[in-house]
Amino acid sequence: MAFLEVKDLEVEFQVDKKPVIPLKGISFEMNEGEVLGIVGETGSGKSLTAHAIMGLSAMSGGKIRGSVKFAGQSLLDLSEKAMQSIRGSQIAFIPQNPMTSLDPVYRVGDQIMEGLLNHADLSKSKAKQQVLDIMEKLNIPKAEHVFQQYPHELSGGLKQRIVIAMGLCANPRLLIADEPTTALDVTVQAQIVRLFKEITVSKGIGLLLITHDLGVIAQICDKVAVMYAGNLVELARIESLFGSPRHPYTQALLNCIPSIGMKQGSLAAIYGNVPSATDCPDGCPFHPRCPHSFSTCESTMPTLIQIEGGAKVACHLYQENQE
Amino acid sequence: MENLVEISNLSVSFDVRAGLFLRKIGTIKAVNEVSFSIKKGEILGVVGESGCGKSTLARLLLRLIEPDSGSIVFNGNDILQMPRKKLQQERRHMQMVFQDPYSAMDPRYTIFRSLCEPFQIQNVAFAEGERRKKIDALLRLVGLNPEHGFAYPHALSGGQKQRVDIARVLALSPQFIILDEPTAALDVSVQAQIIKLLEGLRERLNLTFLFISHDLSLVSYFCDRVIVMYLGRIVENIAADSIGKRPHHPYTQALIESIFQPDPSQKSSTILEGEVPSPFNLPLGCVFSSRCKYVQPICREQRPTLHKTEEGGQVACHFPLY
Repeated sequence: MAFLEVKDLEVEFQVDKKPVIPLKGISFEMNEGEVLGIVGETGSGKSLTAHAIMGLSAMSGGKIRGSVKFAGQSLLDLSEKAMQSIRGSQIAFIPQNPMTSLDPVYRVGDQIMEGLLNHADLSKSKAKQQVLDIMEKLNIPKAEHVFQQYPHELSGGLKQRIVIAMGLCANPRLLIADEPTTALDVTVQAQIVRLFKEITVSKGIGLLLITHDLGVIAQICDKVAVMYAGNLVELARIESLFGSPRHPYTQALLNCIPSIGMKQGSLAAIYGNVPSATDCPDGCPFHPRCPHSFSTCESTMPTLIQIEGGAKVACHLYQENQE
Repeated sequence: MENLVEISNLSVSFDVRAGLFLRKIGTIKAVNEVSFSIKKGEILGVVGESGCGKSTLARLLLRLIEPDSGSIVFNGNDILQMPRKKLQQERRHMQMVFQDPYSAMDPRYTIFRSLCEPFQIQNVAFAEGERRKKIDALLRLVGLNPEHGFAYPHALSGGQKQRVDIARVLALSPQFIILDEPTAALDVSVQAQIIKLLEGLRERLNLTFLFISHDLSLVSYFCDRVIVMYLGRIVENIAADSIGKRPHHPYTQALIESIFQPDPSQKSSTILEGEVPSPFNLPLGCVFSSRCKYVQPICREQRPTLHKTEEGGQVACHFPLY
């Protein structure tokens, strides 16, 4: 049995009394200790997936359908109270922006300790010692001193490390990180990504990494799920995805990334815009922008099917070959 | 080819004030003895991490901030010696696209009205009906429809807003455009669209760009030449196509190594440790000495000056890599 099993996960919101479905039934599995990347552009539903797994989008008025099984438990059926005991201790969430997710009026050490004290029956001095241990593991220099500091006194990279420490302090089995390096400079991003790699390997923690940066995915993930307009369009191991991308969107996305040594004028762009959740085309959501689209694509939504080599892809080009 | 812009020894520092009476507690040298030139029709990239002074440099070039010292010569005229009125007229030849397309436009103005503003400011008079034609043409030039003129900024996507910003900058047919991280807030596919648009415009309108970005891959792809900045100083000035092959400065090399290639077989191995030091107390010698893996005692004591490299670039390092 898979460690995390997400099936037909769907989120619906009411906008102007009309239902809008920004997440349209996605399914994937994760094994223990595995690193799964979810990649997609703004509005593709990647953050929403994380929020739905954590049961957070219900709080903002969303209706969640489908199932999320974590270590044999069905998370969507749990009461809010039971869910609270899982959040932090079993599944930890690292939010996108370390600048806004830390409380400016509390010392960072106390903020890390808060989660630990909520989940474990520890004395304050023991908890502090544990927090300092984690901070040291995360290469925070002068941990004792930083413990006493306020968020505004720290650099962006250090703040990100503090937020990671908050996620790790209660020894979760699964870490969900939402764009953990987006706000950082490249050299600091490289440090943080390496840190994630070390933690997940040494502690055997599963990592669900949400990012728009395919470079970060290639560095640390085992598998990657590509999302487009609320759908999962391709799910594959990274070697397969970067080596032979199957879905036309994945192919186009990879061609949009400039690299050193590339000739001027050779960059490819995807024509058109990502559709909004309120105005999504019929059939495959990518068909108006797809160079390979044909009549079936305009009417029928392709399902995610397994193809040769173990990759899964939701595209009619491959569905036809199967039949 | 002749130089369109020539900058020499440009410096600016800001006072840092704190406390109840805003006492001066120090100064930050945001841009420090920076010199370079841009040829007509060239794209010059400026790359560096946050706080390296790249945006300040852009503002200095348009004289939106007054420098402490140095000179900026644009088209043969020293901008810093110009009276205000003349400067305002000259600005129609040099324009800037800002980083955040969301805050660069007035939310209460329609796109059409926003696009009319440059003409009003420069007192350009139009014959009856000419103005609408001109603005429709501008919108088409950046890949939008004339109908977009009726929209308000909130109705447009990030990429469309950035296109409007570019249209507004092009309104007065400038020769020189400063692009300050024009794609930093956009997704990669939208970034690619904007870059394609800029490539096309450069070709058609014979423009000269100063392109500021933190993304070295993007800069090396889009630009002809690249300036690498660190803590307010230029550490290297290099032709874009030799970035991947022969970076001379250890910092340039470190930036290249921190790029994550979208290719699992190329894992980045060496990583630059530490973070950019506070600009309050700059190291005495080389600005990069505190993080450089090749550091020698002389680097901490003596500041290296920019000197020419074999390929015609410049590097400020005691022990350049090539």
